[in-house]
Amino acid sequence: MGIRFDGVTVAYDGTVVLDALDLTVAPGEVMALLGPSGSGKTTALRAVAGFVRPASGRVFLGDRDVTDLPPHRRGIGMVVQSYALFPHLRVEDNVAFGLKARRVPRAEIRTRVAEALDLTGMAAHARRHPRELSGGQQQRVAIARALAVRPDVLLLDEPLSALDARLRSGMLTELARLHRELPDVTMLYVTHDQVEALTLADRIAVMDRARLQACGTPRELYRAPADAFTASFVGGANLLPVTVDGKGARFAGTHVELDTTAAAAGARATLCVRPHLVGVGDGPNRLTGTLAEIQWRGATHRLYVDVGGHQVMADVRELREPPGLGDAVTLHFAPEDAVLLPAGVGDE
Amino acid sequence: MSEAVAAVRPRRGRPRGLPRPSTALLWALPPTALLAVVFLYPLALVVRQSVHPDTGGTSLQPYADVLASGAFREALWTTVWLALASTAGCLVLGFALALVIAFVPFPGARAVSRFVDVFLSFPSFLITLALVFVYGTAGLANGLWTDLTGAAEGPFRFLTTPWGVLLAEITYFTPFVMRPLLAAFSQLDTAQVEVAGSLGARAPMIVRRVILPEALPALAAGGSLVLVLCLNEFGIVLFTGAKDVTTLPMLVYGKAILESDYPGACVVAVVNVLISVGLYGLYRVVSRRAGA
Ligand SMILES: Nc1ncnc2c1ncn2[C@@H]1O[C@H](COP(=O)(O)OP(=O)(O)OP(=O)(O)O)[C@@H](O)[C@H]1O
Ligand SMILES: [Mg+2]
Repeated sequence: MGIRFDGVTVAYDGTVVLDALDLTVAPGEVMALLGPSGSGKTTALRAVAGFVRPASGRVFLGDRDVTDLPPHRRGIGMVVQSYALFPHLRVEDNVAFGLKARRVPRAEIRTRVAEALDLTGMAAHARRHPRELSGGQQQRVAIARALAVRPDVLLLDEPLSALDARLRSGMLTELARLHRELPDVTMLYVTHDQVEALTLADRIAVMDRARLQACGTPRELYRAPADAFTASFVGGANLLPVTVDGKGARFAGTHVELDTTAAAAGARATLCVRPHLVGVGDGPNRLTGTLAEIQWRGATHRLYVDVGGHQVMADVRELREPPGLGDAVTLHFAPEDAVLLPAGVGDE
Repeated sequence: MSEAVAAVRPRRGRPRGLPRPSTALLWALPPTALLAVVFLYPLALVVRQSVHPDTGGTSLQPYADVLASGAFREALWTTVWLALASTAGCLVLGFALALVIAFVPFPGARAVSRFVDVFLSFPSFLITLALVFVYGTAGLANGLWTDLTGAAEGPFRFLTTPWGVLLAEITYFTPFVMRPLLAAFSQLDTAQVEVAGSLGARAPMIVRRVILPEALPALAAGGSLVLVLCLNEFGIVLFTGAKDVTTLPMLVYGKAILESDYPGACVVAVVNVLISVGLYGLYRVVSRRAGA
């Protein structure tokens, strides 16, 4: 069962926090809602769950218009940031909660609770109370509780944000496995972490200031972002102001070659190139500048180079003899790694 | 207790700013003395008086007399059932009202919550007086009835019965249950309520299985407070003008002021104190076992 937002607008006290959202999530698809804090991700999720009423627009689950349905009749699984486990219930009773609410026969409840706990690797902790579990374990219980009712749609609101980095990457693998084992479950996954979105999602919807900015597969958004916000938010990017000329563009007094079929000569535009696609040393599309800052990141070095007053970032394999601050540095990038975006937006 | 403190402190070193143990004992003296003078001494006097019958000497005769009297037993029974019924009523009503204020979004919920705080500061007779104005023999309700029907008397005369006292006590003490409940509800993660809803639970199940379990400590706290306050309530019973409703505090008043039977009054007072302390102790045991 898919999810469809049809011009969904939500406003609190006259402030629009979700602006005419049009978005379709296909059955069985994992869609990440990615965006900075306050961009309206949670609000969109709550509109699906039925906790906020859209001021206008409709929400569909499959073919069914659920806009006017109360939450308990939508048949949705939900996992929230705080987990919201019921503290006085044991793990197994937490997981059984939704089944009891739906009046599932007792014998079946037992097998389905066991099933859900097995799926999330929590079978050994069935008799514990939530306070006796670690954050990661509570998280698993929350997921088991949502999955026990066998929902067609699973909503996850920043489910990993309360975990530390190592646990997070482990849980990310777990979630990917869960999705492989439950290929029919449609997932809407809210996050502000682009790594989670890139790893897990079939498609990513990028939100900014109550609006949907872009929507596409991680590859599309990463390789050919349609706008500067998406480029910088998904993966990080150098956004350089250029003027389109003959067979390329001029940046800071230098001619760079790239595909300009989408732009007219003389037009202002934004050149987008990923830091890890920028190399140090000679090559095509040479840029020279002075080193303003260098960060060692273990396997890589991040260089911040001042090129004609603009900052260019380069991620390169750990340098054996890194340049010093103020040294002259030569950078280059392949013409096919650069994307031309509409001008202006990158200056924000 | 001070010895225990003294025994532990020297090894870890005394934190700066805290007086040394001997001085600490000195500091404890004034409040203890004050407590003794204004509270324990009169209490001791009451107990002493209760074993000194008017005929002289020291004996338990006043206890035997009072405990054997029908008036006392009736007052005891009235007190206990009124207190229990009032507490039950306050718990049910307070829980329902607090639920609405905390979870049903309506304009003015905050104002109502504020009003609950103010209500707590009202004297109990004020509520009773208000009820008298509404339901009393010459009150609003009866006045309206006589005006409408031309009858000589209105039908509302329950105010001077135990039911009137019950109504007044529930009206007055319900906010005492609501206050801790509202505090508990504000601590509750609303995401729990939402998740329960999305799992398919309707409002009654959410209240029973999500909200109520977390409200139990607050209910126990509010309930026990109301129970003890009701056992000792005097103003409400007096102001309803219910002559047949004699509770233990009323009996103390009657014996002491109207009959000048001081030993008898003191016996009743001692019994009243014992019941209060006993129930409070019971509550502490129960609530500690419940993990509150
Ligand atoms: N109940 C509410 N009343 C008023 N404003 C609200 C309410 N809930 C959210 N908002 C506002 O709506 C906007 C979007 O909120 P939302 O929770 O959807 O953001 P988000 O993208 O999930 O952010 P985050 O990553 O911080 O969770 C915010 O500006 C927020 O202040
Ligand atoms: Mg959010």
